[in-house]
Amino acid sequence: MNILSVIVQRLGLGILTVLIVSILVFVGTEILPGDVAYAILGQGATPELVANIQERLGLDEPAHLRYLAWLGELLRGDLGTSLANGAILNDVIGERIGNTVLLAAVTAAIAVPLSVVLGLIASTRPDSAIDRLISTSTLALISVPDFLIAVLLVSLFAVQLGWLPAIANLNRVDGFLEYARVLALPVTALSFTVMAHMARMTRSAVLNVLTSSPIEMAILKGVPKWRIILVHALPNAIAPIINVIALNLAYLITGIVVIESMFNFPGIGRLMVEGVTTRDIPLVQAAAMIFCSTYVVLNLAADIISLIANPRVRHPK
Amino acid sequence: MVERVVMSLREARRDLTPTATLCLLIICLILLAAILAPFLAPHREGEILTTGSFMSPGEGLFLGSDYLGRDLFSRLFYGLRLTVVVSLTIALLAFLVGCSLGFLAAVLGGRFDMLISRLVDALIAFPAIMLALIVITALGPSIPVLVVTIAFIDSTRVFRVARALGVDIVVQDYVEAATVRGERFGWLMWHEILPNALVPLAAEFGIRFTYAILFISALSFLGLGVQPPQADLGVLIRENMQGLLYGTFTPLYPALCIAAITISINLLVDWYLRRNDAASPEDLQ
Amino acid sequence: MTGNVIDVKNLSVDAIAKRGERTPIVQDISFSVAPGRVVALIGESGSGKTTISLACLGYTRPGCAFKGGEILLDGTDVLQLDLVGRQQVRGVDISYVAQSAAASFNSALSINRQVTEIPQIRNLMSREDATRKAAALYGELDLPSPETIGRRYPHQVSGGQLQRLMAAMAMMCSPKLLILDEPTTALDVTTQIEVLQAFKNLVRENQTSAIYVSHDLAVVAQIADEILVLKDGRMVEYGPTETIITVPREDYTRQLIAAAHVMPEEVKQRTSRGEKGSHLLSVNGVSAGYGRQREVAALLDVSLDVRAAETVGVMGESGSGKSTLGRVISGLMTPWQGEVLLRGRPLAASLKQRTRDELREVQIVFQMADVALNPRHVVEKILGRPLAFYFGADRRAIEKRVGELLELVGLDPAFARRFPRELSGGQKQRVNLARALAADPQLIICDEITSALDTVVAEAILDLLVSLQDRLNVAYIFISHDISTIARIADRVAVMRDGEIVEAGPTAEVLQPPHHDYTDLLLRSVPDLKVGWLETVMEHRRQTGQQAAGN
Repeated sequence: MNILSVIVQRLGLGILTVLIVSILVFVGTEILPGDVAYAILGQGATPELVANIQERLGLDEPAHLRYLAWLGELLRGDLGTSLANGAILNDVIGERIGNTVLLAAVTAAIAVPLSVVLGLIASTRPDSAIDRLISTSTLALISVPDFLIAVLLVSLFAVQLGWLPAIANLNRVDGFLEYARVLALPVTALSFTVMAHMARMTRSAVLNVLTSSPIEMAILKGVPKWRIILVHALPNAIAPIINVIALNLAYLITGIVVIESMFNFPGIGRLMVEGVTTRDIPLVQAAAMIFCSTYVVLNLAADIISLIANPRVRHPK
Repeated sequence: MVERVVMSLREARRDLTPTATLCLLIICLILLAAILAPFLAPHREGEILTTGSFMSPGEGLFLGSDYLGRDLFSRLFYGLRLTVVVSLTIALLAFLVGCSLGFLAAVLGGRFDMLISRLVDALIAFPAIMLALIVITALGPSIPVLVVTIAFIDSTRVFRVARALGVDIVVQDYVEAATVRGERFGWLMWHEILPNALVPLAAEFGIRFTYAILFISALSFLGLGVQPPQADLGVLIRENMQGLLYGTFTPLYPALCIAAITISINLLVDWYLRRNDAASPEDLQ
Repeated sequence: MTGNVIDVKNLSVDAIAKRGERTPIVQDISFSVAPGRVVALIGESGSGKTTISLACLGYTRPGCAFKGGEILLDGTDVLQLDLVGRQQVRGVDISYVAQSAAASFNSALSINRQVTEIPQIRNLMSREDATRKAAALYGELDLPSPETIGRRYPHQVSGGQLQRLMAAMAMMCSPKLLILDEPTTALDVTTQIEVLQAFKNLVRENQTSAIYVSHDLAVVAQIADEILVLKDGRMVEYGPTETIITVPREDYTRQLIAAAHVMPEEVKQRTSRGEKGSHLLSVNGVSAGYGRQREVAALLDVSLDVRAAETVGVMGESGSGKSTLGRVISGLMTPWQGEVLLRGRPLAASLKQRTRDELREVQIVFQMADVALNPRHVVEKILGRPLAFYFGADRRAIEKRVGELLELVGLDPAFARRFPRELSGGQKQRVNLARALAADPQLIICDEITSALDTVVAEAILDLLVSLQDRLNVAYIFISHDISTIARIADRVAVMRDGEIVEAGPTAEVLQPPHHDYTDLLLRSVPDLKVGWLETVMEHRRQTGQQAAGN
């Protein structure tokens, strides 16, 4: 098994997955029963408006042709136009995607290292006071809806104390400190849930490695504790930890949608929720494709990293 | 069957910690409150009792009034009932579909397993919220649509768990011994495989149930789930959010309800799974 | 100072349950190892032998704790040392070779990295020196290409080689005491004695003291100077090897010796029933294996006959295809070619096409009694199901018959209400056997049914098999890697290697010279309960150029 061919194979699989995802997105948004245009327009449907929408959606053509046309435009980088206000989606989304990336990146930069460290601490001392503390508090955090955490944070820091803004308006901010002030609450709210999941999974992944025979052998060989963890356990724990991180991106994406709406944050998560409310099909399709493809690509990256970390793949027989 | 349940219950009771007992108690109370909501709630769900919104607790209004002047305490009972009923339906539906397909895939193997597993792989490569949002865009937010959609998403996770359990059990010699006796599919499934998967499945059911509660509440909170005048706990939070600005805790009560159920279930599942947790070597501590 | 390398005095270790209750697993153990001597700890599973050996390193497994006693290494009590102190002792003064090297080597690090780690981090050797010393040890242990094998990763070398590499790792700092924990148990017999010889040379030439942990008295007799017999965490008998194996004082020691896997003095030919029996089952030219394109062959053109009421032993090392043969006969695996005949009528290749009666007549008993019984069924259900399935028995009939079956296999009928986990290993295997008997079969395929059991318990199961055959006239196909067990029970033997039968015939003929080369190698690999046997057999191997199957 050549490592390069394995990676190429995974890449192919990734492309296939994105294709399947695109089919699902397309079919999902178009499973409207009855007349699509009437359903979208509701009671305000006039014959002209209906005709207009039918033309814009190309509903007179068969579904598979519409799918191929949509996919073709997508591949050329054309996301289409909004059904609600006719805006060009490339512009609308282009304007906001940077904000969402910023929010996600800052959250990841804080949550990932912190949760891995917490997970490591808990796993090296199972059943100790610190482990119980970490385990119970993370358990409580994953049990509480993320919007509840946001509500509590807002009522404390924005309403009661008035230290931080409750609305994340990025239009009039300037300079690093201002950005930090605006992002503080959304990032904290988002980090809590993601961190809780990640720390718990890291704990069990590392605990699994620490109770394995090679680690017992290292202890019996007289290897000092720190060296066991760094040299003997870590290489075996990398793949599971990477997988844990990738898995939790799903929570991050869910969190982004909720938190952006909650804080009126100008990102594509909120844009998408607005699109769902107004039944703006092209907008929802575009946003869904962006979120899903990112998720698939990041998972793919995790998969490939853990493959490379596997000695059986790196050093074939 | 009865013997088995009694035995495992007796076994579990031996290790019951105070926390686990408390959680069990809370879960029972909540289920009871949900079932008996119409009898326990002092007022009808939509009854407007006062003109004052966000009034503080007082005469007949145990937790004060909501944004329209309705009794929050009564609305909590009904909201709780809707949340529990919807989430339970979701979890049961997801289990029905996920478990049957998962065990079938594990027992039959071959092409059937390949096909469904690949399909589930593709669906899992899809963040759950995206799928939900897409379907809601297309069909609009109604309770049946939400239940079916979320159950569908959840069933892919249940499928994975059930299949993994099934694959583990199918290769056990006792299943092979039954196969070589000439037993048919039904016996293998009901008598050999299912009894051995029951315990981990129960834990998974707890996890899926809390997940459904969180998911439906989040959607309702975003205005994409249950639609007023019907109200689940998520809607109760959403519609009373403004109360925070008036300095009342109105939206926190439904939020605490959600947290109480989900934390209790999760702690109970955690306690159950940890009973067999391995200890790590003392020399590393 | 006693002059001993290690003195263990009144050692006790407890197991601690999650809620703090302590149960003793090792009690009041005392022994000493003099310089250059090898002491063996011998006992069955649960005897506490591994716990004692780990205690010498100042280590207890998670969930256990020292209760009392001293372990004096050159006068210092290892148990009193702090963690850093214990780390200093491990790997340098006392080193450890684990039971399964395949599981204990870290798959993420190269072999040399692991072997040379301790001398480097203790600043005893430079990296170059350590690598050189490792290569020298590899050579001493007869490993192929000693200069380069260390650059490989654990999954790139064989199990027997890994076991020797682990011994090399243990010898890097020339320890005063070497602890070998069942180091050959996971290996095939033919490989086992080569590894054993390598360990013996290593210990002798380096004047190292050693503690050798094993359940196999015959293996221990080859390497140990003194033997400590353990049972349920307590000492039974302690003395020089020669004394223990020739004039044991305790009953338990005598039982162990009687049950040891040793070739019987004389192979008795049990022809009486075999001759009379009519033809029961024939396997004709069967080939089978795995892979969609038939890539991996496990059986190649195998033919075998079984007569009524006789025992056919199928013998071979791991990977010889012996278990596959059992699976093909029982219908669990469809052969690529060939057929299986029951009383002259061909059996359908797949289970689904066999009639209920055909299924009933051929039963299979699996190796691991632990996993062969559904943990959620009571014994009555386990035994009752075949009765209902094959004979349509009703509730009352089942109740009566289950009691009879349990008595047949030597168990109390009250066991019907128990769950498998409430039974011991031997009892489970009896229930396992009773389930096959419930079908009233003509033939039972026994797949390594005694291999996972302790020797004394296995002995009782073998006796049961023989007495059942006398009473019920059932035929057995007895599949085993253990030639000495087969020699005791089989009327006829088939020796398998790489999917083929290399030799077959009446037991006495096959197991007495002249042999096929491979049979000879297998026979000569069964350790004898005699001091000095190992040297004789290795000498023979050198003269004839025989090699273990694994290499």
